[in-house]
Amino acid sequence: MTQSIPGGRGHHVLGFVARHAIGIAMAVMFLAPIVFLLLTSFMTSDQTLTANMWPQSWHPENYVEVFRKTPLLRFIGNTFLYAILATGFMLLASVPAAYALAKLRWRGRNATMVLIICMMMLPPQVTTVPLYMMWANTGLTGTLWPLILPMLAGDAFSIFLLRQFLVTIPDEYLDAARVDGCGEWRTLLRVILPMARPGIAAAAMFQFFYAWNDYYGPFLYTSENQDAWTISLGLASFRSLHHVEWHLVSAATLLTMVPVIVLFFFAQKAFVQGVTLTGVKG
Amino acid sequence: MPTAASHGRAGRVRRFLVTLTFIGPALIGILIFLVYPLAAAVYFSFTRFDMFNPPVWVGLDFWEYVLFDDPTVRIAAKNTLVFVLLMVPARTVGALLTAMLLNAMKRSRSIYRTLYYLPALAPPVTATIAFVLLLKPGTGPVNTLLAQFGVEGPGWFNDPDWAKASLTLLALWGVGDLMIIFVAALLDVPQALYEAASLDGAGRWHQFRYVTLPTISPVLLFATITGIIGTFNYFTQAAVAGSVASGQVTSGSGIAGTFGYPENSTLTYPMRLYSIGFGNNLFGAANVMAVILFVVSMTATIILLRRFREFSGGDS
Repeated sequence: MTQSIPGGRGHHVLGFVARHAIGIAMAVMFLAPIVFLLLTSFMTSDQTLTANMWPQSWHPENYVEVFRKTPLLRFIGNTFLYAILATGFMLLASVPAAYALAKLRWRGRNATMVLIICMMMLPPQVTTVPLYMMWANTGLTGTLWPLILPMLAGDAFSIFLLRQFLVTIPDEYLDAARVDGCGEWRTLLRVILPMARPGIAAAAMFQFFYAWNDYYGPFLYTSENQDAWTISLGLASFRSLHHVEWHLVSAATLLTMVPVIVLFFFAQKAFVQGVTLTGVKG
Repeated sequence: MPTAASHGRAGRVRRFLVTLTFIGPALIGILIFLVYPLAAAVYFSFTRFDMFNPPVWVGLDFWEYVLFDDPTVRIAAKNTLVFVLLMVPARTVGALLTAMLLNAMKRSRSIYRTLYYLPALAPPVTATIAFVLLLKPGTGPVNTLLAQFGVEGPGWFNDPDWAKASLTLLALWGVGDLMIIFVAALLDVPQALYEAASLDGAGRWHQFRYVTLPTISPVLLFATITGIIGTFNYFTQAAVAGSVASGQVTSGSGIAGTFGYPENSTLTYPMRLYSIGFGNNLFGAANVMAVILFVVSMTATIILLRRFREFSGGDS
């Protein structure tokens, strides 16, 4: 972009300063809410009700207090259980399905792809009542299983994402494997899986994040049974007799972000690639 | 010859069975979690039932009730439409501007990208709580800052006239996912097109208008349609914001008590769908709302599917 600006060095420096001034100002806006949450999490309960933004005294013990005030540990455990099982089950079913949609020729493939996209786009509230009744009949409402078990059939968004990724792998690799006498499953496991690792990583991360962040699902199925709550449901339960306990809410809220951010920094590249793939090639 | 033919058929059957081992679970999933509940929702929309007794056929009763008699449904539908009109353009333009700024950066691009993306990683409940705290009317930092400049800040989440704008700000804060998509799309615009336009004497605006926009328009369309459908099922942030801002901080299903706070200004269509069913026990009406939501979102999906075909050349 810079090379198209007419003028000499002065313009370059000016453009550089202007870009970074805007860039930094925006970074501040994007980060301010998180910084403020961090500051609030170290305050006393009384100070959260004042306009003073800097903690008058620092109270790291708030982070211990949150575990005493609510069964936060249990919520975290439930959330991990949901996220990990859902991700594992999703991969087991979605990778082969995506392979069949991307690389195998069969009747009904395009129709199936259309149904997968419809499923991906379907607002979850459309099927809420019939599915709730179905799970109520099995006696599994009040647990997180109605959100985990369906993943054994794969997840529409993940199948779509993986399929978009697998399509980019040249057929020559598959033909070579088939010439060597590999069956389709062997081809998938030996040839495709190693090459598709970034796509699988992205799909797994999306699924983990989805489950970790999910509010509607746990709200629908577990809201009457606090033992099964995830953190999303438990977060809003910090309330004293008179007001919201902002210092505790802030501490607990920040704790929910930790696994997400750790995971993101470990697999940033795969993640960004996944976001791009779903958007551009879609 | 007959042997060859039967062998061919056997081979085809075998191949199909192998294919089924790959796609079978997904097909079963489509039946149980898409086809069955859709058919059931259509059927239930003509019945009166609770969770325990078998449904009773009542014809169009609940359709009339939802379409004409329940004032809250109308409020919720209107709110969701307003959210679509506010959030989709705000997020699309916001993401595009941020992406263009990022693409103008050189070595520092990846640092800025990570910083801008960070809020999109915040769980929706977390982000909503942070914004309610940030925009607290009396002592929140934003209004405190505004007061320094002699401006009296609005009531934000506590004011029915400002609650939707507050939620839009929250949506704008998490614009990072869309931004990353646009960054990639902008990088795909061939540099030669800019050079040619520049030789023709096109200024920055003309380059943007006649080179950038047309090239990235498929991505823009994709973002707009997924954005619209995403806003149709906007639930979590509105529910949590109402609960926390009202000071009730009810948890579990009690949160339905603060749906729409303040004064139904944040009550969205899917929230009313939930409360008309699980709150008012009118599950027939909930299914009427579900069928309507299905038809509207599928219309948007069909437009998307057309584009999808064009992209990937139909077959592959």
